[in-house]
Amino acid sequence: MAYLFNTSQDIQQMLAAIGVTSIDELFDTIPKELWLARDLAIPAAMSELELTGHMSELASRNKGLERDLCFLGAGAYDHFIPAVVDHLSSRGEFYTSYTPYQPEVSQGNLQVMFEYETLICQLTGMDVSNASLYDGASATLEAVLLAMSSQRGRTKVLVPNSLHPEYRQVLKSYLQWTNFELLEIPCPDGTLDLEAWRMQLDSSVGCVVLSQPNFFGLVDDLSPISALAKQSDCVVIGVVDMISLGVLASPADWNVDIVVGEGQPLGNPLQYGGPYLGILACREQFVRRVPGRIAGQTVDRNGDRCWVLTLQTREQHIRREKATSNICTNQGLFALRAAIYLALQGPDGLRETAEHCTAKVHYVANQLANSERFKVRFQSPFWREVVIQDLADDVAGLLAYARSQGVQAGVPLSNWYDELSDCFMIAVTEKRTRQELERLVKLLTLAPRRSELSHA
Amino acid sequence: MRNRQATRLIFELAKPGRRANLLPKCDVPATEASEIYGAAARKNRLNLPELAEGDVVRHFTNLSTLNMSVDTHFYPLGSCTMKYNPKRNERLASLPGIVDLHPHLPSDSVQGMLELLWRLQCYLADIAGLPAVSLQPAAGAHGELTALMVARAYFRDLGQMERTQVLVPDSAHGTNPASAAMVGYQTTTIRSCADGSVDLDDLRSKINSRTAVFMITNPSTLGLFEAKIREIAELVHAAGGLIYLDGANMNAILGITRPGDFGADMMHFNPHKTFSGPHGGGGPGAGPICVREFLEPYLPIPRVVKRDGRFDLQFDAPKSIGRVRSFFGNVGVLVRAYCYILANGREGLKAVSQHAVLNANYLLARLQRSLPVVNERRCMHEFVASASKLKKERGITALDIAKRLLDYGFHAPTVYFPLTVPEAIMIEPTETESKETLDAFVEAVEQIIGESAQQLHDSPNSTPISRPDEVTAARKPIMIWKPAS
Repeated sequence: MAYLFNTSQDIQQMLAAIGVTSIDELFDTIPKELWLARDLAIPAAMSELELTGHMSELASRNKGLERDLCFLGAGAYDHFIPAVVDHLSSRGEFYTSYTPYQPEVSQGNLQVMFEYETLICQLTGMDVSNASLYDGASATLEAVLLAMSSQRGRTKVLVPNSLHPEYRQVLKSYLQWTNFELLEIPCPDGTLDLEAWRMQLDSSVGCVVLSQPNFFGLVDDLSPISALAKQSDCVVIGVVDMISLGVLASPADWNVDIVVGEGQPLGNPLQYGGPYLGILACREQFVRRVPGRIAGQTVDRNGDRCWVLTLQTREQHIRREKATSNICTNQGLFALRAAIYLALQGPDGLRETAEHCTAKVHYVANQLANSERFKVRFQSPFWREVVIQDLADDVAGLLAYARSQGVQAGVPLSNWYDELSDCFMIAVTEKRTRQELERLVKLLTLAPRRSELSHA
Repeated sequence: MRNRQATRLIFELAKPGRRANLLPKCDVPATEASEIYGAAARKNRLNLPELAEGDVVRHFTNLSTLNMSVDTHFYPLGSCTMKYNPKRNERLASLPGIVDLHPHLPSDSVQGMLELLWRLQCYLADIAGLPAVSLQPAAGAHGELTALMVARAYFRDLGQMERTQVLVPDSAHGTNPASAAMVGYQTTTIRSCADGSVDLDDLRSKINSRTAVFMITNPSTLGLFEAKIREIAELVHAAGGLIYLDGANMNAILGITRPGDFGADMMHFNPHKTFSGPHGGGGPGAGPICVREFLEPYLPIPRVVKRDGRFDLQFDAPKSIGRVRSFFGNVGVLVRAYCYILANGREGLKAVSQHAVLNANYLLARLQRSLPVVNERRCMHEFVASASKLKKERGITALDIAKRLLDYGFHAPTVYFPLTVPEAIMIEPTETESKETLDAFVEAVEQIIGESAQQLHDSPNSTPISRPDEVTAARKPIMIWKPAS
């Protein structure tokens, strides 16, 4: 048996100490009619060697980053992960420990949490950060619940339909069971329409969710909208990409009260969608209602500085049904990775990474816009990601052709937006070289059109 | 010997001009952010620490040595199943073609991954005895929340929206009532009997036509199998309610008895407990749920399906509660669970539970000579001792024992939970510990109890810090570092 210790001699001695004659006897509190009378429908045990072969075979039928050139984004991004991040986070003392309930033997994890929280506050300009939530979508939901808990009598939550569609779906799934009403405001030009928002913003609106860059990669000056929201005493939630902050204004500058985001780009692998890292930071006024763990500084009996989990009376294990959230397990290991990543990047590394994304996505966009088949769909400035319109209206065929050539060229928007069924989105991180960008452009511009295929 | 310089905060170690990560030269024409983004561009330099790569490596390496972990210590934290985390799982989950898959890759590009996830759905369904699976929830509490939404959607469909009462035993995890509150349910607490089982009379008196779900942990947080579970399920079902099983304690019953067979309609697994996913200093976990066939239409989207030998993601489910998170799920954790299940196989999984229960009963038999235990005769994978007698007679608390154990080189058990036991000490040894380790732990507890109360109040004194002042931390919270002004 793979990971067990007890020898047959151990078993006999232990059974004798307990005063029974067989292991089965230990289960005699389970009524006999409830015992499973057959083996589980699971294969027989595999040795490590066999399992490695099996997993390699499964992996060989997937198109990972080593197989296909990746221009996919839409919420998860192929940024470079320095070796130090993998190396340090794979230390057993980090990844095989648990939530620091015993601070005397968890100072490593607690200090990492405190450093992570500080780094997130430095990036976002907020006063307080928690130690992480599940992912960007659930962090957005928790931010909405946090905002609404401070807005008695207000029921509406305003979001633009340029917010990540899956985040909106998550909001919808949860809010259907509350008294809150989710209002989605269309963005025909990709960005926010100030007049449409002015119409909706009244004293029934508790919070607004703005996103920078938005799902389409578009960057907008959000100060006018947040000022408008503030006039109606709404809480402003900003969904922000942390790497973009290398070139984009701090959310504190555009008056955000609660910042949330997907922390996957901060040194965390793609792993088919998770685990990722939900970031939530906010202004001081919300601190007593913040969901999730928070590490705080204190001193021990000798007066030495140290760290503990703090403000635990917010949490489910103390407050039960009156807790601010039901969250217990968070994403500690991925917050650690993000802290290491940010410590390695520093101010210049993060800025340069963001600048590369700007330059490279513009390079691709300009090249494609020069062809007669493609157009950049929206007028606004963009970062890392661009929506391309296929004037031949054959996105599925185009992307399938690119895949046949070993390139994952983009994410089709038809999944979420009927009106953008002739569009797809290309994400370009700092990892992509000019040669790779040129390969993509050539492939797309020379791709066969549907009519050519049918005549062939 | 401790490196105190390296374990200062990274902000204190930083020095302007230091640099770790260097990017290649940008090989496309440069752009000017302020020109492109105008008012939305960054106005001032980022406020982040500047460090050399060597700084970062030494700092975090030294920090790691301040933690106890499963790799270094016995970690009998009740209810958390701190078992060995197999190294092969880490390697296999990091294979190219597994770790580097973008979540928006089309199905054709991820047939191997979808097959893995589909197989995992089948294995979990069989272990649970509940046929329909969603792998989406990100943690146990998230699984509870998802299942409670599934139940609400089901009752809405039946036209029974008035069913908003959730019953929770007083020994339940705090996440149970907290999850119920998030979906708009009201919680009613059910009393436990002295032996830790559900008080059936109390249950009978509280069940009514508004009862939606009874959330039960079985084996319970006291480490006891609920012998009357069938009766409980019949009571709840007769009233039109559903049974939810908190699967935190599945490590005790793998291949021995199945929640679906003892009456549960819905449950979650904690793969980071039962199936050896590392706890990561507080996550990530995963919280896949299994439900009965009639609840399947309400499960979140997407789910993996097999059609004509091909695997696909299914989004089309009109009655689904919708998404509960972005993308597919905590796949990295699920992959480790899959590897663990296959490394053990059908017989190995059953052996896992047999040895977890053997180890716990052995520890129970030896420890009850020094500490009173709630149910002395038998336990499943864990048991709850109490220091209340010691407290009354000698002023020694559960916290004292927990703290002193750290000096003896053992992680502390869970203390003061479940809430139903005064001065509770909840011990879960797991199957991946030797008899020698268990014996050493018993001896440590015996020695500790022989020490003076003062000695224990002063402990721990060999750990990186002594007891911290948590009261001041909560009253005057310092939650971020600020430069000395």
